[in-house]
Amino acid sequence: MTVSRPLVKTDPAAPNGWAPNDPLLAVQSLRVTFDTTRGLARAVDGVSFTIAAGETVCVVGESGCGKSVAALSLLRLIPAPGRIESGSEIHFDGMNLLTLNEEALRSVRGRRMSMIFQEPMTALNPVLTVGEQIAEVVRVHTKASRREAWAQAVSMLREVGIADPDVRATEYPHQLSGGMRQRVMIAMALVLEPRLVIADEPTTALDVTIQAQILELLRAQRDRTGLALLLITHDLGVVAEMASRVLVMYAGQIVEEAPVGALFATATHPYTEGLLAAVPRLDQIGGRLRTIPGTVPAATDWPTGCRFRARCPHAFARCETDAPELVQVGPSHRARCHLVQEPSHRKAITP
Amino acid sequence: MTIPAAAPLLSVRGLTKHFPIRTGLLQRRTGAVKAVDGVSFDIASGETLALVGESGCGKTTTGRAVLRLIEPTAGDIHFDGIDVRALRGEALRTLRRRMQIVFQDPWGSLNPRMTAGAAIKEGLIVHNLAHGAEADRRVATLLDEVGLQASYAGRYPHEFSGGQRQRIGIARALAVQPSFLVCDEPVSALDVSVQAQVVNLLQDLQRERGLAYLFIAHDLAVVAHMADRVAVMYLGHIVELAPRATLFATPRMPYTKALLSSVPVPDPTANRQRVLLPGEPPSPANPPSGCVFHPRCLHPAKDSDCARIVPLLEEKTPGHFVACLKESMTHHPTSSP
Repeated sequence: MTVSRPLVKTDPAAPNGWAPNDPLLAVQSLRVTFDTTRGLARAVDGVSFTIAAGETVCVVGESGCGKSVAALSLLRLIPAPGRIESGSEIHFDGMNLLTLNEEALRSVRGRRMSMIFQEPMTALNPVLTVGEQIAEVVRVHTKASRREAWAQAVSMLREVGIADPDVRATEYPHQLSGGMRQRVMIAMALVLEPRLVIADEPTTALDVTIQAQILELLRAQRDRTGLALLLITHDLGVVAEMASRVLVMYAGQIVEEAPVGALFATATHPYTEGLLAAVPRLDQIGGRLRTIPGTVPAATDWPTGCRFRARCPHAFARCETDAPELVQVGPSHRARCHLVQEPSHRKAITP
Repeated sequence: MTIPAAAPLLSVRGLTKHFPIRTGLLQRRTGAVKAVDGVSFDIASGETLALVGESGCGKTTTGRAVLRLIEPTAGDIHFDGIDVRALRGEALRTLRRRMQIVFQDPWGSLNPRMTAGAAIKEGLIVHNLAHGAEADRRVATLLDEVGLQASYAGRYPHEFSGGQRQRIGIARALAVQPSFLVCDEPVSALDVSVQAQVVNLLQDLQRERGLAYLFIAHDLAVVAHMADRVAVMYLGHIVELAPRATLFATPRMPYTKALLSSVPVPDPTANRQRVLLPGEPPSPANPPSGCVFHPRCLHPAKDSDCARIVPLLEEKTPGHFVACLKESMTHHPTSSP
């Protein structure tokens, strides 16, 4: 049984079916696969979610859960041999992104939907000044002159908190610190005021005091422009501070989806519970950390039934045979677990 | 854990490492990166001292200089009464049996062409501790101790997950039965669920073997679980050192306060005051005068003295050492950091 909300009901070929009340982004049954020497890796395996305008949605999960691949596929940036399987749907701002031609797609990328990567040193062009790189985004997408585009780049650098922006604009990425480079990435992503920004672990490579600055900047820009933010992270602390809604991914699927308060207060999926308990916290000094035994299975070989059952303390016979569906457990709160219908199988956990 | 009055296992005084900056055709020495600049601390047997701080603060250099994996520029290191800096050749190698290191990246620290068993066994053979079947038996015991199957001894590093490789790195370090381990960001590269497994393993091994750890980390929440005492580094200096509970409950150095307040708390209902530090740490090649933190400091009493006088790491309350001119002393200092 699935109770997933019907998403945008448009004919993929007729985007004019889009209504103003529809979510900004609606992803339906997204499947992304890679051909590998060990067989077909189903990195993202039937993911559906929506993002409303102005909303911040966090995707959490550990390495290999498919969160980055899902994010990249939204802009169709999946490198070969990866492919988005037929049957997947990505509707954004009234368009079906999977049927757009390259040219139409380019008008979306960077302009209406943009991306912030984890490591700005590899995402920025080392032989262009940062000002040129931001101005280039402006010139590609608008009719701005060279001079206007440069002025816009400098004012955007000021907006993201870079001191002496006229000087910094003439510098190359290697001349800037990691935190500064990430500010440049954010300036580049925001310069055309996109409606949706995808940020893939934007602060993971940064020190904690710089991370605090960058998160503050993202919050301020979100509040200023009303953009929607899809934030990919493995850090539940970042989730608690930034998210309005959270998607927890495991083994290529969403295993739990909830408003941020509900996720932390009443996590339902044993994987979410395990993640929350395994995180060391500053306000809980000493003691033993709870662990999740084992490791994430390989994407070429997802287990039958529930993909988490081998690591789950509550697993019972049905988990081996039946793949659980996402079911409603509260307002806007869904979990992919048989315990929702059969809570008697839940065992007491001693830490 | 209290600081024992008896001689500590490891005692470090005024440890300094300056990397020369050479420029021009003649590679003349034109300056120095002051990576570590006069660091002092003790570690008792069975104790965990955590060294925390951000990139470039000198924590990794400190860990390596203590083992003389890089040669210190100045300072004293005493391990179990032995003057580590005076040792040469065979004597230094013998001491290394008792001081080992676990690296952050188990990928980079394991030889890809060596099986896990061979990597663990190497130390046993080099130090002449076991050979042949006895060595194999010890490898099997070590693998079991770090939670891996003995049959994994024949596998190569690429056949393991990140968490498993880190367990092999730990088994390799433990093979020679050290009493002191430098753990350099041992869980930073691991996912949360696996990180918790390795943290617990390190704690178990410490209890069973009475190991002392110098635990280098940037993740303060992990440190809150692992450490007995915590030293905070900034730009080559220890700026605060205190027992764990004291440091997290009542930090006194403005940098420590900002650092602790920057850690995102996994609780959406938490209502916290964040101290957002202005700017970024300056370069250790050109550190500020006086207190190295003064250009970014938000202490209400900050004044021109801070730019002039280098604050000493002083014991302000028992066991709580702070390097700050504006934090007054409330007792007569007795112990060393």
